Amino acid sequence: MTSPGHAAAGLGAADLAAQAAALPVDGQWPLWEVFTQSEQGAPHEHAGSLHAVDEEQALQNARDVYARRGGVISLWVVPAAAITASSAGDSGPFFDPGAAKAYRHPQFYKAPRGVRVL
Amino acid sequence: MSGVKGSVTPPPAVPPNVLFEALLRLGDDRLVLGHRVSQWCGHGPILEEDIALANIALDLVGQATMLLHLAGEVEGAGRDEDALAYFRDEIHFRNCLLVEQPNGDFGVTIVRQFLFDVYSVVMFDALARSAHPELAAIAAKALKEVKYHLRHSGDWLLKLGDGTIESHDRVQRALNTLWRFTPELFAADDIDRAALAAGIGPDLSAMQAQWISIVRDVVERATLTMPPDVPLRAGRTARQGAHSEHLGHMLAEMQIVARSHPGAQW
Repeated sequence: MTSPGHAAAGLGAADLAAQAAALPVDGQWPLWEVFTQSEQGAPHEHAGSLHAVDEEQALQNARDVYARRGGVISLWVVPAAAITASSAGDSGPFFDPGAAKAYRHPQFYKAPRGVRVL
Repeated sequence: MSGVKGSVTPPPAVPPNVLFEALLRLGDDRLVLGHRVSQWCGHGPILEEDIALANIALDLVGQATMLLHLAGEVEGAGRDEDALAYFRDEIHFRNCLLVEQPNGDFGVTIVRQFLFDVYSVVMFDALARSAHPELAAIAAKALKEVKYHLRHSGDWLLKLGDGTIESHDRVQRALNTLWRFTPELFAADDIDRAALAAGIGPDLSAMQAQWISIVRDVVERATLTMPPDVPLRAGRTARQGAHSEHLGHMLAEMQIVARSHPGAQW
């Protein structure tokens, strides 16, 4: 197919091939993780994931998928590829030593009155 | 559709039939486009876009509910929004030709939506200052929704226009095809002039200038070409009941359940 606009922009068969090569192998658009905040001062919490081609579309999709029923005042979208996660094999050395060390929990202190988000 | 609370306080010097017709035009645009967009439900290109289109359809039907409810109160003949939506025939619908055009491919849907979203934003921006308090309140609420719709359709137009050769050609073709329905959006008749004179309706020629400037900006950034100006089709407009062949088929589908089971609740 020919297109005056793209011909003027110098787009040809090589560019088409490049466009095709840029698509992910599985045919899916890039994955994004979505974090929502429910009120001022509250943490952004992981709400789920979605597919989008860029930041703007990821924000719009996050708004439609995770914020359409209200209760959200702020959204973060993060490329899933930007997240480094611990693996299942790490769980023993990473997490087991944390069990049964009660002194690492600051549960012996009383939270001052007036502190709500702790 | 659910009812909207509130009583009508007609502002002075607005003939009721002018207000009724003006509200039908506003409501029917959104009812018809809302139904068209809802036809994408389950057919969107990806799950997220399917949800986005369904959200937009629901927003539009919600706006239609408020506008037609108010129209029914103004008319004072005992018709509520459901009666107006489901028990009027094609020639009594007052929507423009643009919104009744079939969905086509995704590019056609996006171009139709973009052209209408810009129209809606400048329309509700003007109507938020209407001398009719209920209409102004509906417009202020709807303005927030349509600004988001425009962000969605505008972003898609940029992506498709400045995307692949195929997507560029498809949206350019859609733009060229749908362009002939745009003069009607701003063709003022006696109803529009009376509504403007009473301070309840917008100045369509001022709106057209705003509309064209926003449309041109996005179209050019999307590497698309503005179609040449086309004259308004002669004769009655769709806002006066002269519709294209597509509306009747759409209404048959939209109205069949309500007409088969009048008064049904669910």
